[in-house]
Amino acid sequence: MINFEYARANDVADAVRQIAADPTSKFIAGGTNLLDLMKEDVERPARLIDITRLPLSDVEETPDGGVRIGALVPNSDLAWHPLIAQRYPMLASAILAGASAQLRNMASTGGNLMQRTRCFYFYDTVTPCNKRQPGSGCSAIAGINRINAILGTSDTCIATHPSDMCVALAVLEAKVHVAGPGGERVIPFADFHRLPGDAPQRDTNLDANELITAVELPADGFAKNYTYLKIRDRLSYAFALVSVAVGLEMDGNTIRRARFALGGVAHKPWRDEAAEAGLNGKVANPEIFERAAGLVLRDAKGFEHNAFKIELARRTIVRALIQAAHGTPQSQNNKKIA
Amino acid sequence: MPRDRSTPSHRGDISRRTVLQGAVAVGVLTHGQAVSSATVAAEQGEASKPMAPYIGSATSRVDGRDKVTGGAKYAGEFNAPGLVHASVIGSAIAKGRIARIDVSEAISVGGVVAVLTHENRPPMADDDKAYKDAVAPDQGSPFRPLYDDRIRFSGQPIALVLAENSETARFAASLVHVEYEPEKHVTDLYSKLNDVVSLKAPAKPRGDTASALASSPVRHHGEYYVPIEHHNPMEPYASTVIWEGGGKITIYDKTQGVQNVHGYVCNVFNLKPEDVRVMSPFVGGAFGSGLRPQYQVVLAVLAARALERSVRVVLTRQQMYSLGYRPAMIQRIDLGAETDGTLNAISHDATTVTSQYENFHRNETTWSGLLYKSANAKYAHNLVRLDLSTSCDMRAPSATTGVYALEAAMDELAVALKLDPLEFRLKCYSERDQSSGLPFSSKNLRECYRQGAEAFGWDKRSPEPRAMRDGRELVGWGMATGIWEALQVPIAVRIALTANGHAEVSCATSDIGTGTYTIMAQVAADMLGLPLDGVDIRLGDSTLPQSPVEGGSWIAASVSNGIVTTSRAVLKELLRLAKEMPNSPLATAAPEEVVLSGGMIVSRRDAARAVSIADAMQHDGVDRIVREETTRFARDSSHAHNTHSAIFAEVKVDEQLNVVRVTRVVSAVAAGRILNAKTAHSQVMGSVVWGIGMALHEETLIDHAFGRIMNANIAEYHVPVNADVQDIKVIFVDEKDEIVNPLGVKGLGEIGIVGVAAAIANAIYHATGKRVRALPITLDKLY
Ligand SMILES: Cc1cc2nc3c(=O)[nH]c(=O)nc-3n(C[C@H](O)[C@H](O)[C@H](O)COP(=O)(O)OP(=O)(O)OC[C@H]3O[C@@H](n4cnc5c(N)ncnc54)[C@H](O)[C@@H]3O)c2cc1C
Ligand code: SF4
Repeated sequence: MINFEYARANDVADAVRQIAADPTSKFIAGGTNLLDLMKEDVERPARLIDITRLPLSDVEETPDGGVRIGALVPNSDLAWHPLIAQRYPMLASAILAGASAQLRNMASTGGNLMQRTRCFYFYDTVTPCNKRQPGSGCSAIAGINRINAILGTSDTCIATHPSDMCVALAVLEAKVHVAGPGGERVIPFADFHRLPGDAPQRDTNLDANELITAVELPADGFAKNYTYLKIRDRLSYAFALVSVAVGLEMDGNTIRRARFALGGVAHKPWRDEAAEAGLNGKVANPEIFERAAGLVLRDAKGFEHNAFKIELARRTIVRALIQAAHGTPQSQNNKKIA
Repeated sequence: MPRDRSTPSHRGDISRRTVLQGAVAVGVLTHGQAVSSATVAAEQGEASKPMAPYIGSATSRVDGRDKVTGGAKYAGEFNAPGLVHASVIGSAIAKGRIARIDVSEAISVGGVVAVLTHENRPPMADDDKAYKDAVAPDQGSPFRPLYDDRIRFSGQPIALVLAENSETARFAASLVHVEYEPEKHVTDLYSKLNDVVSLKAPAKPRGDTASALASSPVRHHGEYYVPIEHHNPMEPYASTVIWEGGGKITIYDKTQGVQNVHGYVCNVFNLKPEDVRVMSPFVGGAFGSGLRPQYQVVLAVLAARALERSVRVVLTRQQMYSLGYRPAMIQRIDLGAETDGTLNAISHDATTVTSQYENFHRNETTWSGLLYKSANAKYAHNLVRLDLSTSCDMRAPSATTGVYALEAAMDELAVALKLDPLEFRLKCYSERDQSSGLPFSSKNLRECYRQGAEAFGWDKRSPEPRAMRDGRELVGWGMATGIWEALQVPIAVRIALTANGHAEVSCATSDIGTGTYTIMAQVAADMLGLPLDGVDIRLGDSTLPQSPVEGGSWIAASVSNGIVTTSRAVLKELLRLAKEMPNSPLATAAPEEVVLSGGMIVSRRDAARAVSIADAMQHDGVDRIVREETTRFARDSSHAHNTHSAIFAEVKVDEQLNVVRVTRVVSAVAAGRILNAKTAHSQVMGSVVWGIGMALHEETLIDHAFGRIMNANIAEYHVPVNADVQDIKVIFVDEKDEIVNPLGVKGLGEIGIVGVAAAIANAIYHATGKRVRALPITLDKLY
């Protein structure tokens, strides 16, 4: 771990100014990911800009019926916020499926989007890793890759994005509000995280000088027919091997509109619009769910230790769609799968 | 509380009880009766009504308050003026040598005091003997930290950065540049199966196993794999060396044996025993990882000697994975039986992992020969030497793993025999140690089976796999047997009794979290007839009376009986004093005829004949009686001494997703006298939790290309969390043992984990019909 300077940002403009002035600096919010990476010498910022005093901790309704979540709202506050618990229970559920109560108390909304992969090699500076050190090689492809991706991988990186919350945000089609030196802009959630391609060092399309200020949810929260189903190596406090967030708009037994996204399988929350479209207008039943799962996974590619994720993902998708269609979402307290 | 520099002592904190336990417990000594059945004749009015003894009661930990309020200090928490902080640098390669180590940048950082490497360290011993601690493997050349340029395992400490604060040390550590000359390493057990060291057969084979197997109508062959596992105690390894001046040092070390560390440090640094004191008042879990002195203590002493200052070295969680581990192993079991379930033959082969420099092994295979009736048995054990640090003991070493394989295989054979697994085990039940042919000092395993099965509801089990379900979940019930040794070791205990009715009991043993402070206080209170808060316990200090390391489940039995011995010496002296009083009512009493109770020396025959301890001592002008006795347990070569258990587990497995939940575990244990119902329960409950982890979660992942552990942190090395632990029921069956030792104590630290992983694996088979023979049973293995 290297020595670093510490500074506070007074307001959003100040935060952006400070980060633009010093390319070796980084924002720190809850610190639950950044500090771990600094202790491992993976992140080596010369300066930390503490953003926790910025006025970005509100959860408020927007004029068009949506909700705007400040970037500093802690994950636990968000999950238990009445607006979220009632109108976006899928998001609440996804958040509660992640990490531990203590971590969720510290973790911020913005930080959750920006958290980095848990690929073992990314964390160990002794081993080559293109994401950590571009051009050094990917140790996971021929190494221990049980937790790595099966979709959207490239020859340079097969890492996953580890967030649970982001999987729900992908289904909800949230918007990410960011502020940079040139002003503010809005990034649709689908465009926020990237696939590794030949630049795995870049997790997101956020510029280095930009600050996430808020995440905006559209009005539609799929509060009736939804689920977040997370499969992991122990019953709590482990990252997803595969997770599935589902939001359905149902008309009796018929699916009017379907959305679902996968976590734990790709460099970003994974959605497949063709697979979703195939469900629209159909009567909910396991066969069409199987077909949708098959479509999502048609190009899935397993590696030595993670090929099982393809079958696991298929089954998890089917089960999650059943849960959502039946209105029996997965409880995050009762570990029995609904 | 000025406790920093001395061993804290512990005074009982539960409500004062008015007496008479001593009478009960001495009864045990003289007549070999169990405490619970001993009767106390004394009738001395209200104050001396016989009360339940402390021994056996659910006494809360006497150190509990200190632990939960932060009053208990651990090795890395002691301070000294001018303390120097350290950061350890570990090797990036698994094998080779350090070609160059450049510390110039690090040393130039303000606040850095020194950087120690093999090139500039102070002198240390040059012979293997000096590094052989009391529990080192017989064969090999123990690791010497910072000794030379050789790299023997990835993560090996190669430099120690010393600074005025820990942040600076850690920062400077990132500025040390190392060039290596790597050599080809091997860390994969499977790649070295044709290059093994064969060990002498651990137990004598019996009969002709090969032909008995060949002629058995029902046979089973299975290969079982257990990966490397790490202990992951909550407390990281740490040593604080206090530079006392005049060549003297005090070391606060995380260890399971202060005197082992003491001897080792004296040998490695050629120090006089009186110049070194090792203390370990509290240990935040060790589970075997602290039996041998670990490298941080060598580094800390090296640094203190180099700087002539006090030094603290604390390992990071990641560095904890560069210490010992439970060896990975492949076990092959062959069983042969008659169609009626009579076991004919057992063959057990184990191949286990050690380092290139030491042959660490335990005898996984012998448990198979011991446990079940079988005329024929044979064993083989091979070692594979890999470029890793030396493997080491981990809770119930060899039994946890060996009995897992045996009990998984027994379950498979029961299926082949179409016998209920419990019925099959009862058919093979042995009243003798099958290897030695000796009867047991006590063995109430039958009662474990009975009470465990009843509490679990085993009789409602459908024999076929996949036959029981709960909605979308398949339900499986599995069981297994557990066995461990009832060991005891020579130990010395000192008791200082003062006329005001207070006793200090000291012994250099440890309390690694098991509750040793508490059981020592309970036994002493009963033996000396004092209330619990009249007893202070001192332990974890190398200057105290001799004790071996705390391991093998031997300390409870050893130290409790040690207290009995020394208490008797105290009693004898008190009686001698009492007899000197004019018209002493005890003038004719023999030592066996009196007990200590309620501050009195009391005749067991006639409670009216009593002398107060205070009077006896005052009459002779004595204000303190101090006795130190060494208890050596007579070798009993006519019995086998073991603890046993029966474990019943229920799992629910989602049929579609294969998510496994361990919903119920019943563990019924026969381990002689239970000294403390509460701490004993905790021991077994904790063991069951660990067994769940072994069955479902735990695995140290090594990338063999780098020879490096990749999940060296507790985010990715999974142990059970609360959600994974549901209903655990612990039963202690009555087991009177009048042979093993006067108190009939057999120890509990390990037995609780043995068999748990097998019971769960067997339950998963029963639920799913799928047999997974490689631990941990992660859900991908069920697809
Ligand atoms: C043991 C463990 C288990 C975990 N398990 C899970 C899990 O199961 N599921 C899950 O989803 N997560 C899990 N997490 C991850 C956790 O959710 C993240 O660490 C957390 O969300 C990060 O938020 P933070 O505020 O602490 O971010 P920080 O650590 O403060 O920052 C992380 C990154 O985000 C950047 N950043 C922070 N805020 C902003 C902003 N407003 N604008 C721009 N950049 C910003 C920082 O510069 C930094 O690069 C786990 C973490 C740990 C340590
Ligand atoms: S998968 Fe990505 S993060 Fe992992 S080693 Fe390869 S490049 Fe690095």
